[in-house]
Amino acid sequence: MEITQLSIEAARSAVQERKTTAFSLAEAHYAEIQKEDGQIGAFLTLCKERALEQADRIDRMAAEGKPLPPLGGVPVAIKDVMSTRGVRTTAGSKILGKYVPPYDCTAVTRMEAAGAVILGKTNCDEFAMGSSNENSAFHPVRNPHDLGRVPGGSSGGSAAAVAADMAVVALGSDTGGSIRQPASFCGVVGLMPTYGRVSRYGLIAFASSLDHIGPLSKTVKDAAIVLQTIAGRDPMDSTSANVPVPDYVAKLQKPVRGLKLGIAKEYFGDGLDDEVRHAVESAIDKLKSLGCEVVPVSLPHTPYAIPTYYLIATAEASSNLARYDGVRYSYRAPGVKSLSEMYRRSRDEGFGTEVKRRIMLGTYALSAGYYDAYYVKAQKVRTLLTRDFAEAFTKVDAIVTPTSPTAAFRLGEKSNDPLAMYLADIYTVTADLAGIPGISVPCGTTREKLPIGLQILGKHFDEATILGVAHAYEQAS
Amino acid sequence: MKVTEKDVAYVADLANLELSGEERAGMLRDLNSILDYVDRLNELDTTKVEPMAQVSDRYGVSESQQGSERFAYASREDVVEGLRKSLPQEAALENAPDADGTFFRVPKVIER
Repeated sequence: MEITQLSIEAARSAVQERKTTAFSLAEAHYAEIQKEDGQIGAFLTLCKERALEQADRIDRMAAEGKPLPPLGGVPVAIKDVMSTRGVRTTAGSKILGKYVPPYDCTAVTRMEAAGAVILGKTNCDEFAMGSSNENSAFHPVRNPHDLGRVPGGSSGGSAAAVAADMAVVALGSDTGGSIRQPASFCGVVGLMPTYGRVSRYGLIAFASSLDHIGPLSKTVKDAAIVLQTIAGRDPMDSTSANVPVPDYVAKLQKPVRGLKLGIAKEYFGDGLDDEVRHAVESAIDKLKSLGCEVVPVSLPHTPYAIPTYYLIATAEASSNLARYDGVRYSYRAPGVKSLSEMYRRSRDEGFGTEVKRRIMLGTYALSAGYYDAYYVKAQKVRTLLTRDFAEAFTKVDAIVTPTSPTAAFRLGEKSNDPLAMYLADIYTVTADLAGIPGISVPCGTTREKLPIGLQILGKHFDEATILGVAHAYEQAS
Repeated sequence: MKVTEKDVAYVADLANLELSGEERAGMLRDLNSILDYVDRLNELDTTKVEPMAQVSDRYGVSESQQGSERFAYASREDVVEGLRKSLPQEAALENAPDADGTFFRVPKVIER
């Protein structure tokens, strides 16, 4: 096996046992990036100095025979919406094109404290707004399985980096499906934890009631190890929950026999590609053969999830993105004569089309006369969508669905039709609205060898169960 | 058409966006198409449904606690540098497009 194809545990043990070094692991991944990333475009910034310093620290620990922390020497990639001290952080936007944060995101701090070697920052849709990574202000990302296709979005760079062995694991963020959908398109594992499970301190905000940080990885166990590392209360984020963190890795061994898995017909309706349907149904059969019981459940408000999401997410975004004013750290248009002109021209030149579209929609939904009709209406439907899950979870332990209605689409296929692009998130947005955890795990490929993802949704703070089901499926398939 | 050219201009103004003529035409088309789609929410009767702003007041807290009590765990002493040191002035100004070493510098605010 190539040194760039190791799991977290294999990489850490190899460094611990001095079969390789953290330095060689980092160099091997940089070599892979050098070789592959010219055509894939997964990275926006590399931070080799920081990586090799950390690798050296880990190698000295190993040389002294000290036990390495759980991610000791493991090369990782970080989505460019997470702040990294001294390393440019753009959120995929021209407006932050030169921004160098003065502090680290808590998730990044925790990854490094656990020994991870941060190789660089991954490309994404601008401010995480998109489902194809074509909204990056720098360049699109191409799917490693087919360079003519998108990797999904918005964490497309993170998914592609892991899929192409340019990183062992990556962190991404999920507001409407941005970890799970690209994981599905690129054939890797993607986990969105419960809202509040992982601190967002230092995450560049898109929609604060919906933003989550989580891992993209090659195996379910790796996702569990990363979650273990980044989960838990952080005083710097008042929305991080005061809920104990269980031993996710130990719980992977818990048998899945007897678990009740819900199947909702609303996730298997019109618009679901036949090959995806077939692959997901086969995966469900596999889970049955492992002793899971399949129970029909109803999530009747599902058809209202996308409109609800696009009102709430854009309303919150219009507020969060008001901070980009050209004064403190963002791009300022040259030659402006007044403050008002500075705001307008800086934002006009700094934001891309999709970001402006969402700011406009969100501002409209919050404006006088439309607030009740759009924003409050969406908040009420959010309550209904959340109740659907609460009801279903009185009967089942987890819910199994396709992650995305199709496999990866072609670059340019949906980029001129915002509504068609939004519908790519149809099976993922509801979990963000309800704050429940979800994981996407590979479940086969199409005839054209494009990966398909199986999504498993769980109860609040019950990541252990969905990781367990995903792990059992992965081991059996 | 729900949204008119005048609405687009008004909303762009609220959002501090300029938008070129071409962009405004695109916004007009896209906002109308998205709002048409969003209209399906009106099929639902929500008169007796409470709006939901976020999920974190529902989980990880005791059911017996109400209102701000639920978030008591997130509060801290109101002291200077309670959670971390403030950024040094130099670091805080480092990313500014224009600063004079003490302040952020901006174009004239008041027109005379």
